[in-house]
Amino acid sequence: MKNLKMKKEFKVIADLLPNNTRVLDIGCGDGSLMHLLRIEKNIEVRGLELNQDNVKECIYKGLPVIQGNAETELHQFPDKSFDYVVLSQTLQAFYEPEKVLKNLLRIGKSVIISIPNFGYWKVRIKLLLFGEMPVTKTLPNTWYNTPNLHMCTIKDLFNFCDEKNIIIKKVVGVNENKTSLIKKSNLEIKNLFSKVGIFLIG
Amino acid sequence: MPSLAGLFFWMNIKLENIKKLDVTKPLKLDCGKIIKDFPIAYETYGKLNDNKDNAILVFHALTGDQFVTGTNPITNKEGWWVTAVGPGRAIDTNKYFVICANVIGGCMGSFGPKDINPVTKKPYGLDFPVITIKDMVKAQESLLEHLGIKKLLCATGGSMGGMQLLQFCATFPDKAFSAVPIACSSSHSAQNIALNELARQAIMADPVWDNGKYVLKNSQPKNGLAVARMVGHISYLSEKGMQEKFGRKLQEKADYEFSFNADFQVESYLRHQGYAFVERFDANSVLYITRAMDYFDLSKQFKGGLVEAFKNQKTKFLIISFSSDWLYTTKDNKDIVIALNASGADVSYSEIVTDKGHDSFLLDEPEFLKTLKGFIDSMYEKFKNEKRI
Repeated sequence: MKNLKMKKEFKVIADLLPNNTRVLDIGCGDGSLMHLLRIEKNIEVRGLELNQDNVKECIYKGLPVIQGNAETELHQFPDKSFDYVVLSQTLQAFYEPEKVLKNLLRIGKSVIISIPNFGYWKVRIKLLLFGEMPVTKTLPNTWYNTPNLHMCTIKDLFNFCDEKNIIIKKVVGVNENKTSLIKKSNLEIKNLFSKVGIFLIG
Repeated sequence: MPSLAGLFFWMNIKLENIKKLDVTKPLKLDCGKIIKDFPIAYETYGKLNDNKDNAILVFHALTGDQFVTGTNPITNKEGWWVTAVGPGRAIDTNKYFVICANVIGGCMGSFGPKDINPVTKKPYGLDFPVITIKDMVKAQESLLEHLGIKKLLCATGGSMGGMQLLQFCATFPDKAFSAVPIACSSSHSAQNIALNELARQAIMADPVWDNGKYVLKNSQPKNGLAVARMVGHISYLSEKGMQEKFGRKLQEKADYEFSFNADFQVESYLRHQGYAFVERFDANSVLYITRAMDYFDLSKQFKGGLVEAFKNQKTKFLIISFSSDWLYTTKDNKDIVIALNASGADVSYSEIVTDKGHDSFLLDEPEFLKTLKGFIDSMYEKFKNEKRI
């Protein structure tokens, strides 16, 4: 189920990546994205994954994966050892997202981050009109069992990069099967209508 | 129990009927001595296919031998890795050709301290040269040449077998398509050396040992050797695993005997393991092999350290550790992963959660075996494709 939903996002990420590069996928899950990148783009992939079953699944598929925690074990990857580091929808689940982000920018020449957008209109309405923590397709957990500790909006991450002098190379908003480029000029409206934001930075 | 002298006589007869390669090419050992015309005893399982792309080399651990699976013809007991290797097992001998050689310094037919010194016409004993993990690995390379295998599909091994494998990959970076070092370390820690020293001291403290000359009298320092084995067995189990298996349970009795007999099950277990071991293993071999392990420090061999050791590695690695292994810890194994990552190698890593300690790699540990199988099968598909291109 998770993978079907993520397909569009993976497609966007794959389109952002040039062929024949070296890519590290942080929180690579069962290896779906790695598999796609290897087959379609001849990309040399590596994954980092915490969950034992997912690690096993990657190994079955012949995908190189290291079992470990991105929060504490990114030090094992040398500086600029990858062309791109991909972090798909997990930034908000780290205790210290800023520290993780810094590490990603150290390891990769560029970084791709996707976030579930807390600024999406349905999310806003849920909180504003119903006074409840939003539960949507992109944010399926309830307040008491969500792994998400640091929810943010596309606009938040945009501003964060500006503040920290992190170069934003491209931002893509995803809503179902539609994608659109996000720039400063259309940020307000895209922040309202994108379910997921995908940032190419660094 | 038959007398040990009789037992060894019988073992020697049986050892004459096992597969052996006489290595004629001189081998310069790390200690500086050169050996030539020495035997490497080995066993194979399954069939090498026409493309010669289904060969898997297994390196054995300290007290292992070449008899990986099936029945060991010398001891008549099950092979030491019957849980992982065999028809339909994780390393499926219906599909793969499995090779394992007895290490030099060992006592199952390969060149070891029991062998006759051609100069003195007597067994070497302590005149046998001190060997290293690198020497063991170089000697086994001759076997691959003999079998006509240019590139292995996979090489694997746990514990000292894993150390040999790391050495093998560093020394011969293009000989294995993939590698699975299990529960090992790239160098022996102070604690590892200390435990080995305890084993050696136990043997040397036995008066029968007599500076290694017991071989001349066809005897064996069995008390010392048994204690050495007991030390090993303690280090192979985890504290929790041991508690769960034995606890304070008494051995076939209702209460304490108020004596020094084996009242507790754990004592009985250790004694049994210790005395079963003396029937199949040579005390001097334990000295030589533990020494080789202690000298093992892969980063010391390369100026740039461990990262340099794995430079230009084309081999695809899967490192496996066990959460409750305190002999070769998850950290020891992760250090290898970090070095492989830093050298840009293709590396996977999995930590298997278990209470069974270092021994886990020899046991029926489903998560471990599934991971091992998944990796090797996927590597086989890749290797076949690569060869086709």
